Amino acid sequence: MAKESFFKPFYSVLVLAFVCSFLVSLASVGLRPLQENNRALERKKNILLAAGLLHGDTKDKDIDTLFAQVEPRIIDLATGAFVSPKVIDPKTFDQSASTNDPQLSQPLPKDKDIAGVRRLEKYSLVYLVKDKGKLKEIVLPVRGKGLWSTMYGYVALDSDLRTIDGIAFYEHGETPGLGGEIENPAWEAGWQGKKIYDDEGKVAIKVAKGASKAKGKAASYEVDGLSGATLTGNGVQRLFHFWFDDQGFKPFLERLRGEEGKNG
Amino acid sequence: MAETTTRELLLRPIFHRNPIALLVLGICSALAVTGKMDTAFVMSVCVTVVVACSSFVISLVRHHIPSSVRIGIQIMVIATMVILVDQILKAFLFDLSKQLSIYVGLIITNCIVMGRAEGFAMNNPPKASFIDGLGNGLGYGFILMTVAFIRELFGSGSLFGVEILKLTSNGGWYVRNGLFLLPASAFFLIALLIWFMRTVDPDQQEKN
Repeated sequence: MAKESFFKPFYSVLVLAFVCSFLVSLASVGLRPLQENNRALERKKNILLAAGLLHGDTKDKDIDTLFAQVEPRIIDLATGAFVSPKVIDPKTFDQSASTNDPQLSQPLPKDKDIAGVRRLEKYSLVYLVKDKGKLKEIVLPVRGKGLWSTMYGYVALDSDLRTIDGIAFYEHGETPGLGGEIENPAWEAGWQGKKIYDDEGKVAIKVAKGASKAKGKAASYEVDGLSGATLTGNGVQRLFHFWFDDQGFKPFLERLRGEEGKNG
Repeated sequence: MAETTTRELLLRPIFHRNPIALLVLGICSALAVTGKMDTAFVMSVCVTVVVACSSFVISLVRHHIPSSVRIGIQIMVIATMVILVDQILKAFLFDLSKQLSIYVGLIITNCIVMGRAEGFAMNNPPKASFIDGLGNGLGYGFILMTVAFIRELFGSGSLFGVEILKLTSNGGWYVRNGLFLLPASAFFLIALLIWFMRTVDPDQQEKN
């Protein structure tokens, strides 16, 4: 190879870097609308799945029509009050980004952070499923640490605000086939009809180790565990205990119950 | 290597000079994405596209790459290809890109891509480099698909997500073998494959 000039490495790298960054930004900008569409569709799908409104043969193009009966709202987690859409627009609110914003979230002390969420946001999205103006179901976003990863999911509650209508985990990094079975519809179906709160209003839901042996009343608070995935199951249980207690959605659910009572 | 034909360039890396079995490159992703056939398939396609295209581009500009920064330049070309593939997957095959998640990004660090760029594309014309990249990608894919076939069949009782052996958890008779679902099982399977290939083709054995 001929002797290289001193500057050649510099400008050849510069030229290449320029060409490469041009290509990458072109792809990123050009494909962004498609990607965001995919992400939004995925989110809607999972909300509908948790609410039990999605069927195996539902086409992608029908998702939006189905989603019309779902009303996204924003709540203040600490007080449980609805935040007016004029203050924060639920359509553009990015909840996962808000957990990194010091204005919109705060770190949790270790002893209170049982689900391993690290930072708790101030505002959360909730999805009200209405049928002819009456609240039918409510879908809440939850997350928590499993064995390897943070698991993201939705929990749909019945209008009595303590019975589970369905759950759907949509993002996690648990072992495929073992902990990864949390996204198996067969297992998720086992949550249907289970009660989160006991008669005193305490969070009572439990994930058993292996198949649940609970009988009678206790059975309505206990879900089958996944064999070979006890630690993931524990994570799921802690996630429920975190999000449905005082730090999570409990203030909101209690407030909602009070309002419902007044109305009807 | 002027006398090697196109056919040889394409087919030799599949069996006789397989990048995984003979050179033991690209093991990390071979462990990670072989739990299911469909992810293994998409990963193979992605790696093949990336190796072929990056080898082609690097070979095209090989006379202009100063040798002092050649590794950096190779990485830059490879990284660009990988990001493009990743973006395209996210836009058009969202479900699969979700399952492959970080592994597509990690193609950048797949030693096969870099190895072909440095070992072949730097000294050969673009067309031959492209074919060589294609062949190595196919060789990688061959191992991936074989491992994924065994892992998915015995671990999940299915192939490409279609149930073949009815699982006990769905009311069937087949008790799934959890070991095959764990990445470690791919180690054993790849080792057995290497054993098999070196027995059939003793040229691959290392000389003492």
